[in-house]
Amino acid sequence: MKLRTVGRHFRESLKSLSRNGWMTFASASAVTVTLLLVGVFVMIMMNLNKVAEDLEKDVEIKVLVELTAEKTEISQLEQDIKSVNGVANIVYSTKDAELENLIKDFGENMGLSDQNNPLRAAFYVKAQVPQETKKVADQISRLENTHSVEYGEGKIEKLFSFLNGARNVGIVLIAALLFTAMFLISNTIRITILARKREVEIMKLVGATNWFIRFPFVLEGMWIGILGAILPITIITFLYYNLYKIIQPYLEGEFFNLLPLTPFLYQINGLILLMGVFIGIWGSFMSVRKFLRV
Amino acid sequence: MISMKNVYKKYPNGIVAINGINIEINQGEFIYVVGPSGAGKSTFIKMVYREEFPTSGDIFVNGINFAKLKSKQVPYLRRQIGVVFQDFKLLPLLNVYENVAFALEVTEQSPKVIRKHVMEVLDLVGLKHKARMFPTEISGGEQQRVSIARSIVSTPKVMIADEPTGNLDPETAWDIMNLFEKINRRGTTIIMATHNKEIVNTIKHRVIAIEGGLVVRDELGGDYGYEA
Ligand SMILES: Nc1ncnc2c1ncn2[C@@H]1O[C@H](COP(=O)(O)OP(=O)(O)OP(=O)(O)O)[C@@H](O)[C@H]1O
Ligand SMILES: [Mg+2]
Repeated sequence: MKLRTVGRHFRESLKSLSRNGWMTFASASAVTVTLLLVGVFVMIMMNLNKVAEDLEKDVEIKVLVELTAEKTEISQLEQDIKSVNGVANIVYSTKDAELENLIKDFGENMGLSDQNNPLRAAFYVKAQVPQETKKVADQISRLENTHSVEYGEGKIEKLFSFLNGARNVGIVLIAALLFTAMFLISNTIRITILARKREVEIMKLVGATNWFIRFPFVLEGMWIGILGAILPITIITFLYYNLYKIIQPYLEGEFFNLLPLTPFLYQINGLILLMGVFIGIWGSFMSVRKFLRV
Repeated sequence: MISMKNVYKKYPNGIVAINGINIEINQGEFIYVVGPSGAGKSTFIKMVYREEFPTSGDIFVNGINFAKLKSKQVPYLRRQIGVVFQDFKLLPLLNVYENVAFALEVTEQSPKVIRKHVMEVLDLVGLKHKARMFPTEISGGEQQRVSIARSIVSTPKVMIADEPTGNLDPETAWDIMNLFEKINRRGTTIIMATHNKEIVNTIKHRVIAIEGGLVVRDELGGDYGYEA
């Protein structure tokens, strides 16, 4: 296809956008509604994902050492834990260090001191795969000189399964939304083309190739997609910017955070634009296809 | 240059529109296709520019065997055939110039070449001065002349017209016929389906009469042969 033909198609597609003003508006609105829903959804999903990852990273196993354990037995235990399958890293904390931590968290007024320290020394262990935490913890608890093993049993597992579930539901919902949008757009563009059946008919009559006929329509679909993406991008940017400014201060110092404004806003807006272009092109492609069959 | 051998056309609804036709048409001929309503004239014409495909039999146009023509190649065939209709088929949102230029744009010619050819044919049909007007702003006869200009702008070897004067008053119809004569004299083959007895009986050409999907008469300089 020659360059000037491509130029012609661009001009034609733009002209036809304004000629079919109301249909353009209707199709672009369908894109807008969908992209807005999908955008909000993706925004929530990506942040949930981030929180989940932050939490996953933070899950660790606290292995309490028997009070009776000697120094050599403790270093033996450290070796044993290290050789357990799936252990990523291990940090030792003496009973004095444990006490210091406790005092830091709850203050001095507990009547505890180095002399009557009731705490146990501990190992902090991280699993290579956070979801494997339970398995690793079970194995460690069977080692000698372990008093007990804590890893927030139950709670952690519930959180993981909730996040997994939320992710799957989200993916299914997004797919369903996109599908509906494509259907809507392909229908609205079909109506635009129906109104221009005559034009297509005459184009064929004078010997236009299918691509020549299709191109302006596909471009038109692309413009509709871009037009439809403008409002969602604006709203999502405004929404997330404000949410971030309100919520993030409360999360300061927590071990999980929202996704930072950059690059997240660029990513999600780019995604919205891309989806708009894609459903626009796909929608018009599908509806022209029917008219080109001879 | 156009030949049909044992052509038979049955529409999906079961109607047999063409029931075994054999025809040879030479370059430069002017042919009237006549016959009662529903005889199969339009179907015959549509098969020449491959709008309809025969159920059986062979069609050759310009040496192209339709049976072997892939649908991808049909656009290139169409550029060799000009088509004119009773209802003109102009695009209402394009002006006269653009409507004619349209047929060349699809062939990706340069704007200079397009301009030259379009002005030439507009001159031929006598509408150069109305190039900037829109179809709704000109008369039916003028609209038909625009559609004729469009059909010949790519200098096809053959021009096909299905009742081109059907919607026009008698006087305008004669204008159109004069134009056809002019085009035919330039060497273009013309095949024209018509119900216009006066024209067929006055400007004598080869007449092919179709009835019930069969050629019942084929004579040079023949009469219309039916009551108008
Ligand atoms: N697309 C179609 N599908 C089914 N049947 C058709 C179709 N087009 C035409 N026919 C049938 O084929 C037969 C021939 O029709 P055709 O249009 O060729 O007649 P015609 O000679 O052009 O008539 P007229 O003089 O009224 O224009 C008719 O019986 C018609 O009903
Ligand atoms: Mg007819």
